[in-house]
Amino acid sequence: MAKPKNDILQGTLTLLVLQVLQARGPLHGYALCSHIQSISADLLRVEEGSLYPALHRMEQEGWLNSTWNVTEKGRTAKFYGVTPRGAAQLDLERESWLRLTRGVSRVLRYS
Amino acid sequence: MSWLARILNVVRPATLDRRLNAELSFHIEERTDELVAAGMPEPEARHEALRRFGGYTLQKERTQDMNISRALEAFLADLRYGLRQLRLAPGFTAVAVLSLGLGIGANTAIFQLIDALRLRALPVREPSRLISVDTIPPFHTSGWYMARNRAFTFAQFQQISQRQQAFEGIMAFGTDRFNLARGGESRYAEGLYVTANYFDVLGVTPLLGRTFTPEEGGRDCATPTAVISYSFWQREFGGVASVLDRTISLNGQTFHIVGVTPPSFFGVEPARRFDVAMPLCGDTAIASEKTRIRLDRKDAWWLTPIARLKPGWTLERASAHLTEISPAVFANSVSESWRPETVKNYLTNKVRAISASAGVSRLRADYENPLWILLATTALVLLIACANLANLLLARASVRQREIAVRQAIGASRRRVVGQLLAESLLLAAFGAALGALLSQFLSRALVTFIDNGAGRLHLSLGVDWHVFWFTAGLALLTCLIFGLAPAIGASRTDAVTAMRAGRGAAASSERGHLRRLLVVSQIALSLVLLVGALLFGRSLYNILQTQSGMNTEGVLIAGIDASVRTIPPERRQAVYDQLIERIQSQPGVVSVAAVMLHPFSGAGWNQDVQANTGPNAKKVISWMNAIGPGYFKTMDTRMLAGRDFTPADDTKAPLVSIVNESFARQIMDGGNPVGRTFRVQQRPGTPDRIYQIVGLVADTSYYTLRDDKPPIAYFPLRQEQDGVPDSVSIMVRTNGPFADVMALVRRHMTEIHPQLLVDFRFLSREVQSTMLRERLMANLSGGFGVLAILLSALGLYGVMSYAVARRRSEIGVRVAMGASARDILALVFKEASLLVAIGLGLGLAASYGVSRFAESLLFGLKPNDAFTLGAACALLAAIAFFATLVPARRALQMDPAVALREE
Repeated sequence: MAKPKNDILQGTLTLLVLQVLQARGPLHGYALCSHIQSISADLLRVEEGSLYPALHRMEQEGWLNSTWNVTEKGRTAKFYGVTPRGAAQLDLERESWLRLTRGVSRVLRYS
Repeated sequence: MSWLARILNVVRPATLDRRLNAELSFHIEERTDELVAAGMPEPEARHEALRRFGGYTLQKERTQDMNISRALEAFLADLRYGLRQLRLAPGFTAVAVLSLGLGIGANTAIFQLIDALRLRALPVREPSRLISVDTIPPFHTSGWYMARNRAFTFAQFQQISQRQQAFEGIMAFGTDRFNLARGGESRYAEGLYVTANYFDVLGVTPLLGRTFTPEEGGRDCATPTAVISYSFWQREFGGVASVLDRTISLNGQTFHIVGVTPPSFFGVEPARRFDVAMPLCGDTAIASEKTRIRLDRKDAWWLTPIARLKPGWTLERASAHLTEISPAVFANSVSESWRPETVKNYLTNKVRAISASAGVSRLRADYENPLWILLATTALVLLIACANLANLLLARASVRQREIAVRQAIGASRRRVVGQLLAESLLLAAFGAALGALLSQFLSRALVTFIDNGAGRLHLSLGVDWHVFWFTAGLALLTCLIFGLAPAIGASRTDAVTAMRAGRGAAASSERGHLRRLLVVSQIALSLVLLVGALLFGRSLYNILQTQSGMNTEGVLIAGIDASVRTIPPERRQAVYDQLIERIQSQPGVVSVAAVMLHPFSGAGWNQDVQANTGPNAKKVISWMNAIGPGYFKTMDTRMLAGRDFTPADDTKAPLVSIVNESFARQIMDGGNPVGRTFRVQQRPGTPDRIYQIVGLVADTSYYTLRDDKPPIAYFPLRQEQDGVPDSVSIMVRTNGPFADVMALVRRHMTEIHPQLLVDFRFLSREVQSTMLRERLMANLSGGFGVLAILLSALGLYGVMSYAVARRRSEIGVRVAMGASARDILALVFKEASLLVAIGLGLGLAASYGVSRFAESLLFGLKPNDAFTLGAACALLAAIAFFATLVPARRALQMDPAVALREE
């Protein structure tokens, strides 16, 4: 059975996470996951658990900071936000993504 | 920060785990809630949430990895495992840690002394810019010497400071002991005479009050002033601030205290602590007679210069500069008391600069060489201990061969296996270093006490500084690599299949056996070097002890009497001494009492040119001299060979007389009985020679130390002394009773005779000992280390031979079964052992031959390559090796062939 291959590309996840957090402000992992899915109209599907290693790596890199807060439902959750270094990284990643897609679409259009 | 967090997470895994669970389970809860809200039943919703999450445990581990330093975690696991292994073998661990601890401790202790004496910079401003002035041999001097360090005259110092261009500032200091007591038993403070700029050149600012001003730099003090050290301030004045209004009595003179130095400052001599510093004019104030004012005398050598280099000047350039100005310096500092030939030699003198960043110390010249030799010795002992440990670890490795094979078979990389085994070695080294650091604190203090010989005047700061710390840590790491690496690599090379199949490890053991034999050979070679050293130093000490001093040094108390106070006029001194001697003489138990100007082995001396009174062509010889009272030779147990002793009648009104020793008779009077003949003693220019008649001949005696050849000595009566009866003498008391009785008696009578008399007690036997401290230190320590080395090597040989016997068990069993006699079996074992010992001894002999010349200057009465010593060391080591082999050999004999064969 062939599954639709819309898993997020390795490396793109960083871009998505930084972009969403930059736009929405601090979110916890679950909300982040839901946002990416709903905004991309379910086209992009994250294997939910793999979000966390990425978040922790980005935190170690110093791109994200985190605080423990209580949600509306009264549960404790870890909220992530973008640091200034993360914002700079977002610019880099966005730039390289645009270059990639421009290149790929030119190949698709003109070859 | 993140690497720090990752390292922290290694040591607090539980906290990390709790946080991860909290974060991840929150996600599952939220997803489940949503699915339930969409109409899915609860258990199914939870299942779906977990499915979408993609394996909870897997994701958690991946997340956890992001937070942890993996290499460190593996290393800590290795350490934990190593610790467990060591706990399982407490005997092995104890032996390893103890031998490493002893080795590292001995090394660190000796290094601490070297560090304190040689390497540690002075606690002053920019110590690396400080230099001291040194003489270039041959250096000709003549006159009066009163200093612990390389010293110059005041005139020379003035010349150097006027002519030099290399220094920002140049100061000088002289050392002395000042008496604090105004009567009774002397109590001394360590004193300095300093130029007024002493503290400024060093960059030391006072804690309280001030240091000296240029106005205090003259010949005479307007008011005598003194700066005291912090520790003296605490000790004598309880650290009160009002000390600046106080005065202090030094050698009977009153000095005003004007300042206190900071706690860290102790002067510029690493082994000493100054108590009181006074300007040079203090010497003028203290001098008991005008002729003793050293600032006026161009033949008084008492000042050590220290200078601070100008920016841009290097030590080499400054040194060349000093040598360049030397002719002018010496041409302008000639003493009028010297004869023309002395002056001619004096003018050829030259000086240079040496670094003084670690200060100046006489101790350094005496002990630096011995300490480096001792450090080399302890390093060898540590090496031998390492070889033993390597041997033990190899033995352990063969026991653990299967375990290691299994670990490799299930996928452990060789690097991990080596790392694992090294972790164990590292733990041993760390424990050993910790124990060693602890031991070294006691050892180094014991060493200082030994060198100090009970005088309590030596102060080496033996604290652990970075030099010492890195030395010990480096040593631990090095030993760990030396004894741990080879066994670890060897063990990891095990062929897993063979090891697991055979179980006995026949494949790898032959290679490992070679390594172990190599270790034993090197142990024997190193032990031989140490043993040779120990024997050389031991025999040197023995030779010195066998030297006849020409006197009996046991049972003699020395009472140093100081009558220099102004209230005792010079003409009264003789009466004071006589009175005291008479009263001591009447004490029961006292055999004999006599006064002497310079007691033997005191370190003080006096010499002059003499010639036989046979005409102007009689050869001039330098003779040592002393002034004595009647009964001196009887008191010292020195044989009187001819003539008579001095009597109280040999005074200023009688003709000049002298008693000479055999060397004097031989070298100056051309042999034969000299009694009745006369000789001349040369005086300063313009003064006629003094002519003495010889009235007695005595046996040769030592003058400075037992090591020197017996020099010619002329003795004169104290009463005929040229400058009058001296202001201080030593009263030698030979007694059969306890010294304490005599000491109490002297104290009592002294105050009766004159309350301001001072006394200082010493024991002649201890004075002799202190002249051979270096020899005793070398003999005792190298002997101790030699014994330790032999024991360790014997243990190593024993281990290897036991292993060899165990390994050849079946072979021996077969041989016995085939009818080999006990003799054959013994020959088998001893052949292997004697080969190892022979190779080790051969290498050791070659090495001893190469290195023993470094000890030449410390030996007495024998050459470094003394054949008897080398032979004795070999024989001793071979004998011990024989006994170490005997036990495993007997075991081979007692083996039951049936049992051995059945095992096969």
